[in-house]
Amino acid sequence: MRRPTPSPAEESASRRIVGAFLVSAAGAVGFAVTYGLGGDTRWEGVCLAVAFAGLAVGLAVWARRLVPVGGYVEEHEGFTPPPAEQAMTAAEFAAPDSPTRRYGLLAALGFALTALGVAALFPLRSLLPWDRVRPPRALKDTPWGAGVRLVDGTGRPLRPDDVPAETMVAVFPEGDPDAGDAPAFAVRLDPERFSRPPAGGHLGGLVVWSMLCTHAGCPVRLYLKGTGRVLCPCHQSSFDLLAGARAVAGPAARPLPGLPIEVGPDGFLRATGDFTAPPGAGFWSRP
Amino acid sequence: MIMDRLARALDDRLRLSPVTRRALAKVFPDHWSFMLGELALYSFVALILTGVYLTFFFDASSADRVYQGSYAPLDGSTTSAAYASVVRLSWDVRAGLLIRQTHHWASLVFLAAIVLHLARIFFTGAFRKPRELNWLIGVTMLTLALANGFTGYSMPDDLLSGLGLRIITSVVESIPLVGTWLAALALGGEFPSDAMIPRMFVTHVLLVPAVLVALISLHLGILVRQKHTQFPGPGRTEHNVVGSRLWPSYTLRSLALFAWVLAVLFALGGLAQINPVWLYGPFEPAQSTSPAQPDWYVAWGDGALRLFPPWEFRIGGYLVPAPFFPGVVLGGLAFLALYLWPFAERLRTRDRRQHHLLDRPRDHPVRIGVGVAALTFFAVLVVAAGDDVLARLLGVPVYDLLYLFRILVLALPILTGAVAFLTARALRRGEAASLGDLTRADLRRAGRPSRRPSRRDDEPETPAPDRPGERIELWPEGEVWRWRYRDEARRLVLTANRVAVSEEEAVEAARLAYPGVDRVVVPGPPAPSPPGPVRAALRRWGRAAAAGSLLVAALVERRRDRRRQRDGDEGDPREKADAAPRGGEPR
Ligand code: HEM
Ligand code: FES
Repeated sequence: MRRPTPSPAEESASRRIVGAFLVSAAGAVGFAVTYGLGGDTRWEGVCLAVAFAGLAVGLAVWARRLVPVGGYVEEHEGFTPPPAEQAMTAAEFAAPDSPTRRYGLLAALGFALTALGVAALFPLRSLLPWDRVRPPRALKDTPWGAGVRLVDGTGRPLRPDDVPAETMVAVFPEGDPDAGDAPAFAVRLDPERFSRPPAGGHLGGLVVWSMLCTHAGCPVRLYLKGTGRVLCPCHQSSFDLLAGARAVAGPAARPLPGLPIEVGPDGFLRATGDFTAPPGAGFWSRP
Repeated sequence: MIMDRLARALDDRLRLSPVTRRALAKVFPDHWSFMLGELALYSFVALILTGVYLTFFFDASSADRVYQGSYAPLDGSTTSAAYASVVRLSWDVRAGLLIRQTHHWASLVFLAAIVLHLARIFFTGAFRKPRELNWLIGVTMLTLALANGFTGYSMPDDLLSGLGLRIITSVVESIPLVGTWLAALALGGEFPSDAMIPRMFVTHVLLVPAVLVALISLHLGILVRQKHTQFPGPGRTEHNVVGSRLWPSYTLRSLALFAWVLAVLFALGGLAQINPVWLYGPFEPAQSTSPAQPDWYVAWGDGALRLFPPWEFRIGGYLVPAPFFPGVVLGGLAFLALYLWPFAERLRTRDRRQHHLLDRPRDHPVRIGVGVAALTFFAVLVVAAGDDVLARLLGVPVYDLLYLFRILVLALPILTGAVAFLTARALRRGEAASLGDLTRADLRRAGRPSRRPSRRDDEPETPAPDRPGERIELWPEGEVWRWRYRDEARRLVLTANRVAVSEEEAVEAARLAYPGVDRVVVPGPPAPSPPGPVRAALRRWGRAAAAGSLLVAALVERRRDRRRQRDGDEGDPREKADAAPRGGEPR
């Protein structure tokens, strides 16, 4: 079939479409050139956007102007099949030799498949950690323990004098500074102002607490000077260090666990045990 | 020529033409809201295209790696291989940053499109029988899309993503009894484990996308089988679909939409910086940044974590920590409600009929009330996720805002839900056609308890047709037959979407589409329909006015030309289509 001679409207639409596709091609060339010249994210993005926008405009004008829009109807058979057909299909399954009627065999098959299915669950266990520490236990234990020295972010052991007043110093267990549950911080506070003693005790106002928020585990890194409060940046829980690091605002419910410390014979700070409670967020078997 | 031969050769071997003929003629309703699903589809395609490129450069490992490259502040520093490879991808791989940012933007658009698509399905009742299955698949795809967004966001191992992952891990650990085991199963150890980046990678690039592709295929397969729904309107019944054909109209329109999606995504990816991980720095267990906001589609969870009060309790000595409720219970209930909605609604309305005509949102005040309340609730949570930023901007204490949001999150949904419910009732009971026409009397009537029984079982299956002036016209055209529907009173003509090989086939199709409407065989192609409806003319005029007064004169001239031409050239199908309504606005 031949197309009827185009009307002026069609001709102008065709011109616009060709123009749009040419713009698109120019965008593609521009992208290639930008890339070739060393690439600039902005220009690359703009060129590709122009290339695809050209395509889009061309296709949209084509769809709107040169082909019929609307005005068609398609019938809908509906989804209730003729009863006879439904009955015939059902009869296939109800035939005497139909496997679906061999209940005994089906039960045996079901048993075999269930066994296979259960067996297939076993390898999932390999996804659990290799070391055989049970997960709840792993959450309770941290690298801290009696005699573990406190080091700063660079791995240098700390003396009590290295913690100035009103400053938060991040401390880590020597030998395992990257452990996820170990980060702690040391601060020097005025013991006179304690309304409740720190859980882990203090050395003349020097106190060490777990850095992990008891809400969902973010490091509480914002120390509000003078107030004795630390703030968690994730959901704004704040803890009052003068009152045993009690949660005073926001969604956290438990105080920060403390770390008991002493000064070792070498003059460096060291822990005398693990945190007073598992650090970070709560879990079912948390004591 | 070659294409022709190839098509013929394939057809001779596979007998494709009967299927193809029907497929090409498939009718899509002309309403913008039907494009939202396609928007989701095309953003997903964009995600796959850009994602595959990223896979070539991303190194999914938490092993130490020295970054050496053109981003000076990190040059020479040791970070995880994952982080180093993302910085390299952003700074040292040509077009790498463009593709990375485009991928991220595409994920935001993808999830937005799914949510909008879901809202349109919900408010129009498209989930009703027989489409419950597609609703369930859709909700599942939403959960998978959320999961994939989150793993993707967490893989670069930068500070923000590490914080997010730590929070999610804490939420999982908060589940009674099995939480710690589940978290360890997912991460392969205590956070931050060495296994977690490779595992998220496999999940993100293989597992979830494969399931999504399978579900999308199923979703679309079911859609083709069940055909589209449509808004009620002249000539539209429960037994047909009115709109434009797949070929050529929607082929072109859909490709245009695809190109638009790519254009917008690449523009965003090139011009709008997103997730500059090199500024955040690598993840370190003792570091955090402020402010820290997640991507919008998980922000509701973040907001809920912020707003939920510090309540936790013990059961027999075991702890149920606070994040359990906003993190697990809220999300679980929300998705449970989504999954169950079609069935819950059917329980209430006792409506077991098939529905191919959509509700207008107002038709169902309870549904719109619940939907608007839920949307408001989640919107407040998303805003609450930025309470620290807002507090800084407004210069108010963050805890004041926190209390305000705690009240808003409970009060606002009730308010908006009630307003939506009453407005829908007023619109449904009164005569008003749109919001602007509502009168005080309408509103007062809306407040009264409903007198209409909510079950509509006794209403007839199809509104009695029998409109005078409505008829089906059939006519032979060489070997084949065509038919069309004509409504004189409304000056509406709808052409059958495909030719029929016999008169019986044409009659059968027409009978299915318009049961009970008289059929007449006409000798030849019927006379051209009366001049186009007012709306088409209005639209043409509106455009002309915008183009300026000079152009108006030119256009009048051209219209006159056209009419002259149409009078001379009667059988042109395009002109017929022109006379039928163009848009599919519900009436
Ligand atoms: C991966 C994401 C998704 C993609 C790619 C997708 C794609 C599509 C497309 C292209 C259509 C046809 C156009 C339309 O009716 O709007 C469609 C229809 C449909 N979708 Fe989705 N969709 C997605 C997610 C969802 C979600 C989240 C839901 C609901 C919770 C959903 C429920 C439905 C239903 C019930 C239909 C048939 C309704 C009708 O024909 O009007 N889909 N989908
Ligand atoms: S993690 Fe600290 S407030 Fe949520």
